[in-house]
Amino acid sequence: MKKSISSAPLAGNRHSFWVRFAKQLDLQLMVIPAMILILMFSYLPMYGVLMAFQDYDIFKGFLHSPWVGLKHFRTFFEAPEFWTVMRNTFVISVLRLLIGFPAPILLALILNEVIHLRFKRIIQTVSYLPHFLSWVIVSGFVASMLATDNGSLNMLLQKLHLIGEPVNFLSIPGYFWAILIGTGVWKEIGFSAIVYLAAIAGINPEIYEAASMDGANRLKKMWYITLPGISGVITIFMILAVGDILSAGFEDILLLAKNPVLQDVSDVIDTYVYRVGIRNSLFSYAAAVGLFKSGISVILLTAANMMARKLGRSLW
Amino acid sequence: MKNSFADRLFLSLIYALLILMAFVMLYPFWNSIVISFNAGSDTTLGGITFWPRQFTLENYSVVFQDKRLMTGFLISVLRTVIGTVLSIVCTAVFAYGMSKKQLMGRKWYMILCIVTMYFSGGLIPSFLINRELGLMDSFWVMIVPNIISVWNMIIFRTFFLELPEGLEESAKIDGCGHWGTFFKIVVPISGPVIATLSLFSAVWHWNDWFTASIYITSEHFLPIQTLLQQILSSNIMSEQMMQTNAAARSHMSQLQSVTTKSLTMSTMLVATIPILLVYPFLQKYFTKGVMIGSIKE
Repeated sequence: MKKSISSAPLAGNRHSFWVRFAKQLDLQLMVIPAMILILMFSYLPMYGVLMAFQDYDIFKGFLHSPWVGLKHFRTFFEAPEFWTVMRNTFVISVLRLLIGFPAPILLALILNEVIHLRFKRIIQTVSYLPHFLSWVIVSGFVASMLATDNGSLNMLLQKLHLIGEPVNFLSIPGYFWAILIGTGVWKEIGFSAIVYLAAIAGINPEIYEAASMDGANRLKKMWYITLPGISGVITIFMILAVGDILSAGFEDILLLAKNPVLQDVSDVIDTYVYRVGIRNSLFSYAAAVGLFKSGISVILLTAANMMARKLGRSLW
Repeated sequence: MKNSFADRLFLSLIYALLILMAFVMLYPFWNSIVISFNAGSDTTLGGITFWPRQFTLENYSVVFQDKRLMTGFLISVLRTVIGTVLSIVCTAVFAYGMSKKQLMGRKWYMILCIVTMYFSGGLIPSFLINRELGLMDSFWVMIVPNIISVWNMIIFRTFFLELPEGLEESAKIDGCGHWGTFFKIVVPISGPVIATLSLFSAVWHWNDWFTASIYITSEHFLPIQTLLQQILSSNIMSEQMMQTNAAARSHMSQLQSVTTKSLTMSTMLVATIPILLVYPFLQKYFTKGVMIGSIKE
């Protein structure tokens, strides 16, 4: 709203502020209750993060717990879990970038080649479905497929004489990363492909016609026209994914790595915070680990978003 | 357009790949359905893949007679309905207010909202704050903290900003305030965006197991996903015990009859039915929703 240009005295201005406010009270009442909820459930916890510098005591609360400075951060950096947790976070994130990220792009590329539209639609319908299932259900499917007792994978491998005895895949650390990444691809490949399919739909069809005239086959057109045509979208999603590299997963890891044997390969920052904070009630220590993560994440995400913005798009 | 040999080879490869993918996507569903219709004691013998060996409806009758599971189902329905309605109504009203240029402090409100997209207190401070707010072990912990979604507010707001101004002028002449205009004029023409975001919200509510798992201890408030999670965990635990300890094996095999694999599968499918029921709508609106979220900035 434009301020009145009249040279009214300051007191008059302040007066008119409240008058104007009262006049649009019904409009303000649309916004203020929501802002109160945001303050309660987003800003109060941000303030609560200060407990990372305290020895938080449930009975004393935020206000009266003693301050201990950087003690919890030091404990975390010196803890033997520190390196395991950091390694797992990075390895799992990088594996997701290498496998989970290109998978939907590949699917979009080959779906685009399908001539029979009905077939294309059926495949798409099927491929979205897992996205809408909860991680609980998906982890149940995985456990069932990989089980030693009537697990389909073990039955298949035994039929092919690749293994003798059934293998308990979910309790062998060596298989965990593959299972985690594979499950993620299974759940999200179809849904993530939507954005790329939309980008492909925006490519000028004349370019394809011109290429056909020049005798380019389908593979060549896919490689030289379609892929470059969506490279802008790919770059942006890539930058944002890199910005989020410290979030290696949470629900999926909690639910797939139930067996404590897997802790060495499955513990990432977020699940570690959950385990020491909620399970073991080391509130201040867990909050410090969480703050360490969000501190770095904010920098990475802001940088990523600035880069994406330069390329013409942003998070919001 | 003629298809060269290379093109035909390329296409057959693609079709084969896509059919293989569709099989991998569907098989876990199909196999779970089959196991859920197979007698529990028979499933343990192994070999169930595409068709039940001993068909039975008993697993389902056990699930539907289990008071705990049915309460969980009801809690899930309640939280999904109440949570979605509250969240969509409040967020839409909020967004409508935020779309008005004459709103005083609009810029500051917006900054406060956007900051929450970058910073959050994290799991532990939120947990303790909700606890101090008295939400521990309450049904409302699944609803109240999630009423306002800044992300949805921005999507609604973008939509409202694009509405022609003339629409609202006529309402104003008729003497409607902002609230009246919103409910009488704006809501009726916002069907698609409301449907899309409601579906987003409902699916999230139905699938969320984590909130209840950390805040709710008394069993009669647990949604079905959280109950299911507990059943799956205890199954894995008992499987481990059976493998490590032969003595525990005989003991466990007696307990096992309580939740056989077949029974677990039927529970999982019961928890999935609502999603499958709305799936046709999901498909239609979600693909639109993704576009709203990613393209419209």
